[in-house]
Amino acid sequence: MTAIGWFQILLFAVIIALCAKPLGAYIYAVLESKNHFLSRLLRPLETNSYRLVGIDPDHDMTWIEYSQSLLAFSLVSLLFTYAILRLQGLLPFNPMQFSTANAPSWATALTPDLAFNTAMSFTTNTNWQAYSGENTLSYLSQMLGLAFHNWVSAAAGIVVAVALIRGFARRTAQGLGNFWADMTRTCLYILLPICFVYSLFLVYQGVPQNFNAYTEATTIEGSKQIIPQGPIASQESIKMLGTNGGGFLNANSSHPFENPTPLSNFIQLLSIFLIPAALTYTFGKAIGDTRQGWTLLSAMFLLFFAGVFICYHFEAQGNPNVARQNVEISTKTLGDTGGNMEGKEVRFGLANSALFATVTTDASCGAVNAMHDSYTPLGGLIPLLNIQLGEIVFGGVGAGLYGMLIYAVLTVFIAGLMVGRTPEYVGKKIEKKEVKMAMLFVLAAAFCILVFTGLACILNLPEKSLLNPQGATWNNINNSGPHGLSEILYAFSSATGNNGSAFAGLSVNTPFYNTLLALAMFIGRFLMIVPVLAMAGSLAQKKYVPATSGTFPTYTWLFTLLLISIILIVGALTFFPALTLGPIVEHFLMNEHRLF
Amino acid sequence: MMLSQIAPAIRLTVLLAIATGIIFPFVITAIAQLMLPHQSNGSLIAVNQQTVGSELLGQLFVKPEYFHGRPSAAGSGYSGESSSGTNYGPTSKKLILGDASFAGVKQLAENYRKENNLETDILVPVDAVTRSSSGLDPDISPQNAFLQSERVAQARGINSNAVNELIKRHTNNRDLGLFGQPRVNVLQLNLALDSLKQTKQ
Repeated sequence: MTAIGWFQILLFAVIIALCAKPLGAYIYAVLESKNHFLSRLLRPLETNSYRLVGIDPDHDMTWIEYSQSLLAFSLVSLLFTYAILRLQGLLPFNPMQFSTANAPSWATALTPDLAFNTAMSFTTNTNWQAYSGENTLSYLSQMLGLAFHNWVSAAAGIVVAVALIRGFARRTAQGLGNFWADMTRTCLYILLPICFVYSLFLVYQGVPQNFNAYTEATTIEGSKQIIPQGPIASQESIKMLGTNGGGFLNANSSHPFENPTPLSNFIQLLSIFLIPAALTYTFGKAIGDTRQGWTLLSAMFLLFFAGVFICYHFEAQGNPNVARQNVEISTKTLGDTGGNMEGKEVRFGLANSALFATVTTDASCGAVNAMHDSYTPLGGLIPLLNIQLGEIVFGGVGAGLYGMLIYAVLTVFIAGLMVGRTPEYVGKKIEKKEVKMAMLFVLAAAFCILVFTGLACILNLPEKSLLNPQGATWNNINNSGPHGLSEILYAFSSATGNNGSAFAGLSVNTPFYNTLLALAMFIGRFLMIVPVLAMAGSLAQKKYVPATSGTFPTYTWLFTLLLISIILIVGALTFFPALTLGPIVEHFLMNEHRLF
Repeated sequence: MMLSQIAPAIRLTVLLAIATGIIFPFVITAIAQLMLPHQSNGSLIAVNQQTVGSELLGQLFVKPEYFHGRPSAAGSGYSGESSSGTNYGPTSKKLILGDASFAGVKQLAENYRKENNLETDILVPVDAVTRSSSGLDPDISPQNAFLQSERVAQARGINSNAVNELIKRHTNNRDLGLFGQPRVNVLQLNLALDSLKQTKQ
């Protein structure tokens, strides 16, 4: 590790902390439809949208109506994207003529199962890349099929968090707000202004933005190189800001056209955490006690620093099997281009790659600027564990806050059990229904990850099976030994956690994996959101209970530590056995120079 | 009950799809093409009106008179249509020892030493024997570049000090003096080498 590496990491954290309050207050103003500095400019667009969509923004929805609207919207937009992907050969903005008879020889077919997986993945904010953008998708598919979901799935995450915040903030209320109005406001006032400036900044740094066909260059040694093109910058901005993470290009944010410079990289990192951090302040402001928001944020920061320290440390140590071939890996000599450089870019080096891997999995972003599959075992354990803990450290836009609030509810419940009192959180009694919903939230994810991983490890399909041409489903791994298990475990963790990053060696573009992973994404999205909304509905109906001397204060360091302990205990109990068989045993074998 | 939500869902999908999926990228394209045409079109480099590559993308170099980039896992090596890393983990036998169709770290290190005429006790910098994440990494570390300068100078019949000077001039420092790594863009360095020769003649 280097001093300048740590300086960049600390600067990143300071900027995030400084932005939380102003942006959080702005989000609060937007969603409570108060006046703010953009309302005069953009209000006509908002009111006209309501007229076009034919809804009454002041109609207050119950949690059931709110869930139904969200599910209906997700269903419609899922089918919409599936149709665009399947029909891309007939639609415009397809200069490379993908999915037509004139497609180039290096194109990949967009099969029905791949289209389904991709549509599901973008609807659920996962953005898992079974597809490889530059050789599969037309520009229309990218913009209208995928980038559209980058906007709306991010907005959907934010509005669910806002509904839960209202559940805590409102007293004896039936409604949680209006889903359609919340979606429109989020897109228009929060995502649009940031993405507008951000896209142009990315172009300035070198990200292409055009509708040209790919360029064929003759290199100075005389060979041919195809240079991909496209409207990349306008998609890259919302991909990061909305914690989506699905790349325009296969190599995602490690591709020089998605992330050309260390400066663009730093801004991309900031844009992942920006909204999730701000939402903790929005929460505090809405319930009238900002200390509660800061407490959640401090727990997030502690878990973040622990993760980035471990990841950076082991990446800087590097791979002893590489060093053995008379290769210099010491960071004392090479700085941040030493250590483990397999699957990393020189312009980012170790510090920015370790930081990116931690941030993208703390949040449910899933963009990568280095290949997680090639990380050292314990360096790669961090992104895997971050996802399995539920991506609550900052988390996806919205999804992180509601995940963290679920853990806060569990924490006061467990603390309440220890002293034999009815638990309360921010003035609301936590009762049977809330705890049931919280447990459903935690168990659905664990069940999905572990059972599906187990299934993929043992399903012995026949050779050349239609479901999986490789035959047995464990044949799809790219690495043998413990690392192979890590690849499968990572895939189902990432899909269930709606993250979208991968140990990308696993060959997932087969009907078996495309379908099972799509199911995992569905469960990971909607079996999380519906319990959260149910909890929000139940909380909104409750009376406010003023704090007494017997109330466990939830704005102290004691609560922060208890919250972190609960997160780690639940996570460790659930996943430690599987992690032991994967990355942990691999770490010891690597140091003994065992190869597979 | 849920059916009553389908109609607004369809209308909002259409509205937001047009706004975010069509209007937004077109507006950004219009502004970007007007203000930043070079970057918008892929930062292409032309020599004698012929596109030779992009400033941002690495390309394959094998001749001794050019600096070599890192090994690449993109297609047949720096293929722009299939960006990718190896995705081999740290305990992969193939990554370290290689096989008939794939050069492992061991072989890459031996090749590098042989090409650059290095003693066995000189350690090879790790970026020279590992493949990048995109397979299109345009940069190498300055240490890697300096180890290649003797070979390049010999193949071109020029003084290695001149080559070292050129490396120093083409070393990009950290962005804003802080972010990322000092690095050498291989394509730009090689183009500078070629123009060096031309000015001498």
